[in-house]
Amino acid sequence: MNILMFYLFASIIVVFSILTVTSRRVLRAAVYLLFVLISTAGLYFLLNYMFLAAVQLALYAGGIVVLIIFSILLTSHINEKFEPVSMKKGLATAFMALTGAGLSIFTIAQHSFPQVVAESEGTSVKTIGRALLNYGENGYVLPFEVISILLLAAMFGAIVIAKKKQEQQ
Amino acid sequence: MGFGFTLAILVIPLAMFLLLGLAGHKMKPATAGILGTLGLGISFVLSLLTAYLYFFASHAEAGFKPIIPLVFEWMRFTPTLQIDLGILLDPISIMMLVVVTTISFMVHIYSNGYMKGDDGFQRFFAFLSLFTFSMLGLVVATNLFQMYIFWELVGLSSYLLIGYYYTKPSAVAASKKAFIVTRFADLGFLVGILIVSYLTGTFDFAELTDPSGPAFTEGKGILFLGMSTMSWALIFIFMGGAGKSAMFPLHIWLPDAMEGPTPVSALIHAATMVVAGVYLVARLFPVFAIAAPDAKEIVSYVGAFTALFAATVACTQFDIKRVLAYSTMSQIGYMMLALGVSGYGGEEGLGFMASNFHLFTHAMFKALLFLGAGSIIHAVHSNDMREMGGLKKYMPITFTTFLIGWLAISGFPGLSGFFSKDEILVAAFNHNKIIFYTAVLVAGMTAFYMSRLFFSVFFGKEQHYHHAPHESPKTMTIPLMVLAFASLFGGFIPFHNLVTSDGMHFETEFHWNIAIPVTLFAFAGIALAYVLYYKPSTKSDKIVATLKGFHKAAYNKFYIDEIYMFVTKKILFGLISAPIAWFDRQIVDGSMNAIGYITAFTSEKIKKLQSGQVQKYGFVFVSGVIALMLVFVYLYSE
Amino acid sequence: MIAGIPVIHFLIISTIMFFVGIYGFLVRKNLITILMSVELILNSVNINFVVFNKYFYPQLIQGQIFTIFVIAIAAAEAAVAIALIINIYRRFNSIDVENIKEMKF
Repeated sequence: MNILMFYLFASIIVVFSILTVTSRRVLRAAVYLLFVLISTAGLYFLLNYMFLAAVQLALYAGGIVVLIIFSILLTSHINEKFEPVSMKKGLATAFMALTGAGLSIFTIAQHSFPQVVAESEGTSVKTIGRALLNYGENGYVLPFEVISILLLAAMFGAIVIAKKKQEQQ
Repeated sequence: MGFGFTLAILVIPLAMFLLLGLAGHKMKPATAGILGTLGLGISFVLSLLTAYLYFFASHAEAGFKPIIPLVFEWMRFTPTLQIDLGILLDPISIMMLVVVTTISFMVHIYSNGYMKGDDGFQRFFAFLSLFTFSMLGLVVATNLFQMYIFWELVGLSSYLLIGYYYTKPSAVAASKKAFIVTRFADLGFLVGILIVSYLTGTFDFAELTDPSGPAFTEGKGILFLGMSTMSWALIFIFMGGAGKSAMFPLHIWLPDAMEGPTPVSALIHAATMVVAGVYLVARLFPVFAIAAPDAKEIVSYVGAFTALFAATVACTQFDIKRVLAYSTMSQIGYMMLALGVSGYGGEEGLGFMASNFHLFTHAMFKALLFLGAGSIIHAVHSNDMREMGGLKKYMPITFTTFLIGWLAISGFPGLSGFFSKDEILVAAFNHNKIIFYTAVLVAGMTAFYMSRLFFSVFFGKEQHYHHAPHESPKTMTIPLMVLAFASLFGGFIPFHNLVTSDGMHFETEFHWNIAIPVTLFAFAGIALAYVLYYKPSTKSDKIVATLKGFHKAAYNKFYIDEIYMFVTKKILFGLISAPIAWFDRQIVDGSMNAIGYITAFTSEKIKKLQSGQVQKYGFVFVSGVIALMLVFVYLYSE
Repeated sequence: MIAGIPVIHFLIISTIMFFVGIYGFLVRKNLITILMSVELILNSVNINFVVFNKYFYPQLIQGQIFTIFVIAIAAAEAAVAIALIINIYRRFNSIDVENIKEMKF
């Protein structure tokens, strides 16, 4: 059962990500992205990382995609179709991407991975919470605090950048 | 008895130079003159005091030993090789101290009158003091390197003084010529110093001339072209001396140096600087005599040839100062050949003693002749002999003193030149007959051309002068009288007791068998000149016509200058400098320009890469990463 | 881990997603679609972290924590990017990336 789910999610990810980058209508691209993100969350669920999957759904699918859709509505003509990609540029980039992908997969396949360890108990939210605020060994309180400052800065930055200019008195 | 006060002999002229050089233009000219002269006067008195104390007050039966009142280490090359600065007092250095300060003092007094009214009066006195300081430092040097340092300083002072009239192009050219030729010779000097110090491990004169020291043991075995390394080193050192003393073929600067004011010619180019080369050989004489006799032979031949060459040219010149310059060259040739034919120790060292004796007497009478010539030029406003004549009745004091100088240089019996020249001839006779006969011939020619000069100027046909020539002021005639006194009686100083090759005195007797024939030969020269020049006549022109070609060559100084110019211009400049200049301009500069041009050209072509579009940059970036991945992971893996 | 699925499969998926994102980033003209491609890339990396954590070090939690941080940063970055896009739209009145090439020769 799990195996089936995995392959389903995997195929959704692959197909829809390709559609996202090749679609000619911008809103459809956003929706395809949404599907990709949800499938990723599904993969996390399969791997028994509940909290992470929830975060993925809440932030990515619920936050970022909504943001993107709002900005699409603000800035583009929704019905307008993009012009097709120029042959030269598309071909070159596709070729390069395929080469890169092939090379990477080939290299990964060559590598002999160590023995897979059998699953132990899954991680609970409590463990993650403790880890985030732990200031001893193996604690992540420093990145936590830094991230909070980063988010603050991003907030200020976004407001300042997007502000309308003051009218001259 | 402490000789520490000898430092003052050097320091006072240096102080005067600094004072007059820095503050001279603020003083009245007369003050500058008095200050300079006073400084030299004190040095003069101190030198005489030193000489008295060294030679007479502390007379040692065992001979005169060098005294070093002052020495300190200046620079250390290796744990065993260092350069000192110090003062060395021994017979020849004290003799030179006396000579230099006396002549300098006389020239200072004379210049107060001669240079009066000139714009650069204070500058002149500053340079004179600088020169005196440099020369004094040279003669009291304790080691080769200190001598070299002061050698260069002397060359600099000479350059400054020859080019004193710096607005005259000929003076500027002459000063450059003097400096360049002597500098070229000093290259040889430096090479010689380096070889000697390498072989012996020391610069110090005391160690070099010590008969049991390293100079005599080292460098003997190695042979190059048939002479030992030590001989070659000494030949190089002699090259430096030959340049400074205007020996053939490095003599070309001395006649042109007459562009400087006459007191400068008297001081530098007659009595002191030009004998620096002789002094150098005398300083290193034990090494020349014992360790490198081949070099000593070369010294004697060079000296003899120069003497003959210069005398020949002097017979044809019309410029008084040039005649005297060639005469100086000839007499220095005498000094060199005397050193060259000398042995070491006792009676063998007669040549050494004779050379120094002649140096002393020559300084006196040559300076006298030059200063007298200056007096004449001052009166007549011309250097050319053909524009003078019959000056006897206008300038009595100059006439009398010039007469004494003329007789001294011609070797008139009883005057100083007679004694010193005679000793040289005896030394030559005992050693090398060819050199002896050359020296005798030169003695006759000296008498001839000096008499020619004397008779043409003071007797002969009276020229038309635009204003009547008058006798020179006292400041100019007093030095003449003092120097005339020295020329008259200087010959009686017993040099064989004082200045000898090994410091011990020896007895000599007067060699009548050589003195009499030579003196008669000199009289013949005087007589010939009398016949030709005493009364105005055309006899001299007839002789010139007979010897036409040879006379022309001698008049043009045997075209040596032209040869040098040819070599320099056509060969050095044309064949060596010009291609190198072409290379520098076209290839070196050209490649730099080419690099700039290529850079600009290439950047023009590739600036399209900067399209401003991020996606293009991203494309290149990612492709690069993939390519690198390909290369490093697969093509270079184990 | 999911029994029966070797690690390779996950890695292949994430690699494909990564290079698709790169393709989209370099080809697309609309600024917002470029932003979407960047999100694709970030996601692929997240999958990689999680998979390695789960399959080889299940007792540790580094992978998850890092993924959380990446998500947080992606959110911040998307916010700032949107703000910039809005500003660009105000200036050029279009969000075509080819208009923004002032820093050319």
